[in-house]
Amino acid sequence: MKKRKERIDRGIKARSADIFALSSYREMLYLLAPGAIPVIGLLCFAPLLSAYWKEVVISTAVYALLAISWDMLMGAGLLSLGQSLFFGIGSYIAGTLNYYWGVSPFLTIPIATLVGGALCMVLLLPVLRLRGIYFAMVTLVLPLMFARLVEATRIFGGTEGLTGLTPFPNQMTAFYVIAVALLCALFGFRRIMSSDYGLVIKAINDNDRSVMNAGINIYWYKAQVLFMGASVGCFAGAFVTHLDMFAGMPGFALDYSIMPVAAAVVGGTGTFAGPMLGAFILVPLSEMLRALGALRIVFYGLFLVIFVVGIPEGIFSYIQQKYHQLERWVEVE
Amino acid sequence: MLLGTIIYGFINSAILALLAMGFNLTFGISGVANFAYGAVYIFSGFTVWIMLNTAGLPYLPSVIIAIFAAGALGILIYYAIIIRIKGMPLSEVMATFGLGLAIMELFRYFNFVGYKYKLPVFIDGSISIGDVYVDYQRLIIGLFAICLTFSLYLFTHHTKIGMACRAIAQDERTALTFGINSDVVGAFSMGLGCVLAAIAAIVILPLGTIAVEGGYEVLINALAVCIVGGLGSTVGILVASVLIGYSQTITANYLEPHWMMLVSLIAIAVVLVIKPSGMFSHQKELEERI
Amino acid sequence: MKSESPLLKVSDLTKSFGGVMAVTGISFDLKEGELLGVIGPNGSGKTTLVNLITGFVKPVSGKVLYKGANITGKPPYKIVDLGISRTFQMVKPFYQLPAFKNLIVPLYSPRVKKLAGGKYGARDAVALDLLEEVGFERDARVSYKAASALPQGYLKRLELAKSIALRPDLIILDELFSGLSLAEVAGIVPIIEKLLSQGKTIIMIEHRLKELFRIADRIMVLNYGRKIAEGPAAEVMESDAVKEAYLGSEV
Repeated sequence: MKKRKERIDRGIKARSADIFALSSYREMLYLLAPGAIPVIGLLCFAPLLSAYWKEVVISTAVYALLAISWDMLMGAGLLSLGQSLFFGIGSYIAGTLNYYWGVSPFLTIPIATLVGGALCMVLLLPVLRLRGIYFAMVTLVLPLMFARLVEATRIFGGTEGLTGLTPFPNQMTAFYVIAVALLCALFGFRRIMSSDYGLVIKAINDNDRSVMNAGINIYWYKAQVLFMGASVGCFAGAFVTHLDMFAGMPGFALDYSIMPVAAAVVGGTGTFAGPMLGAFILVPLSEMLRALGALRIVFYGLFLVIFVVGIPEGIFSYIQQKYHQLERWVEVE
Repeated sequence: MLLGTIIYGFINSAILALLAMGFNLTFGISGVANFAYGAVYIFSGFTVWIMLNTAGLPYLPSVIIAIFAAGALGILIYYAIIIRIKGMPLSEVMATFGLGLAIMELFRYFNFVGYKYKLPVFIDGSISIGDVYVDYQRLIIGLFAICLTFSLYLFTHHTKIGMACRAIAQDERTALTFGINSDVVGAFSMGLGCVLAAIAAIVILPLGTIAVEGGYEVLINALAVCIVGGLGSTVGILVASVLIGYSQTITANYLEPHWMMLVSLIAIAVVLVIKPSGMFSHQKELEERI
Repeated sequence: MKSESPLLKVSDLTKSFGGVMAVTGISFDLKEGELLGVIGPNGSGKTTLVNLITGFVKPVSGKVLYKGANITGKPPYKIVDLGISRTFQMVKPFYQLPAFKNLIVPLYSPRVKKLAGGKYGARDAVALDLLEEVGFERDARVSYKAASALPQGYLKRLELAKSIALRPDLIILDELFSGLSLAEVAGIVPIIEKLLSQGKTIIMIEHRLKELFRIADRIMVLNYGRKIAEGPAAEVMESDAVKEAYLGSEV
């Protein structure tokens, strides 16, 4: 008697897929619970942790933001190997505004987000016409070159960077700022990508010629996505600038480029929740493995390879599938 | 000063060309962007060092082993990883990048860091051309670059495998109908690219130490040259190397050395504005890719 | 009252790819409301001509005037915006999406937004209506099937629907009938006739001559990138040049 694996939607999913017929609290809970977990976890439970672990969560949230921003760019076919470009630029904009003109963090961060996003978008505009690999190459190279440029020309504080910047009033403020930002990014991007706009973006990724033929200027849309992704990255940079009271060359470090990619690949690209999950797995993990030094990056690298090749959908998709569908062995007739 | 600039500019260009050649070749033939390129470079360097110092082998065998090891590594990467994600360029980039990262940082973890990691020069000493002192190693680099370019040209135009590579590079589907196995060519291109990285490493590394950061440097420089010259075009690489090489040397000699990095940046910026796919690339705009 | 000047005026269009002269010096006028058939052996430059008109390829020389304005070399999205839309020979829908979701993309274009007066109405509903117009049976809920599950006849009609969704004035159909059975072709012809009755102008590139001649007002014949004949179907098929192109010359 041969058996095969069968996957069918759980009863509750089949019923609640059509949102017009929510008939019970159980169905509503089923639909809302996954989204509620990060919200409750971040806003209610995390503040109860010790100061040290709150630091870890803040750091994780920063990387999660970078990973989510990466995922957005990926959705339009833009593989960014240089999230640190956005991070560094955001960091420097906020840093210089604060250092030279004493602008308060509540202004520098929004300004850095929007201006930085626009700047990065303009910077990468020429590459949008080319295949995704050119975007990857340029984003990899640019932040590393900017770092060396700063080192060589000694502008913006050179190798020492800008120190003594205005911090957040206290850890809790910083915590809530990043937590809210993260949740907004997560749910905001998910909302965008599930709308018709998102469909157009995904279509551009799938078959750009067809979208062009449908009267849509694909480069303009790619630029918009680039702006959105870059802004989030710049926000992260600006945030950390005021968290660490420092802006400098380390803002362009490779770490800020690699970690988000690894997190996204591990968690599952295209889902936004996946990259966030990936970050929440990898960052605390790397924190705990801090003693291993360079071995951490070896692990990131290996994770990248293994997941890209072997488990391309990522952990989140796996969990999502388990949540929505049940598997069972069925006899083959 | 002028003679010095001309000579050192040439050497600089030669170095850049050697660095970019392997990466460009792999991409040009099989469309695989091997972001583990820098890692292979460092790997080859360390392999020679290990053979020389730990295994106590003489120079020539060490070098040969390293070159073979690099080629084997390239082929291994192809069959273990790339073949599973072929056709998805972004996945290829991420996977090779991750692998390269792992390899390079592994060396760092095992403490291959420090001034003792040097490779010996081929011939010690220097000669003077006019009133400029040039060490032999640098001259050898220049010589190697020329010979390598020439041999690559001969290879791709006058041997069966070489021409098969060009066929696949021009039009994969048609080449397949001629019985050319794209996987074999793909693995070969990876192997060849890695071998070129090894050769470049052996010739260039004696100028300094073998450092893991060097791996990142190599990748950045190779990418910069390819961005400016155009991925897939050997002529483009050569022209871009000369352009960037000389600009850097001129900047270092007549302005200040730390502006050298700016040169590459400006070159990339100019290219992005005028012809984003690179000076000599065969890239067609979307509209032509019917 | 149809205007006297041609809707589309192509003058001396030339395009070469490397050494190959894909299209050489092609000129023709297109009157509003007519159906022009373009035929010719494989490789005669028909698709290149379409690509040149719709901006997917830039000509080496020559001009394309649409409603009097010069549209030569403009990018495809701008040309669609002006009212010209085309289908592709190789239909490539978004396979994982349901059929009607495929239409969201053209419905999202600026042209549709403009013509709908800025009201974004429910695109899903409009998409479903469009599909019904091209023959997707509503009660069989064919429109909800993923594009990967649809046979070629439906995919061709989906491609047509994508074109119509843009509310064009000029539609260029590149080998719409290829790969379809006689019955499927017979099913699509009424849709084309309805488009004509709505005042649209159509260019059809075809290999299926019999079916084309029944509905075309005029035929243009291309060979080796040049126009070798133009006129009503019967006239064109009698010309020596056309016979030679298709059948070869006397031995």
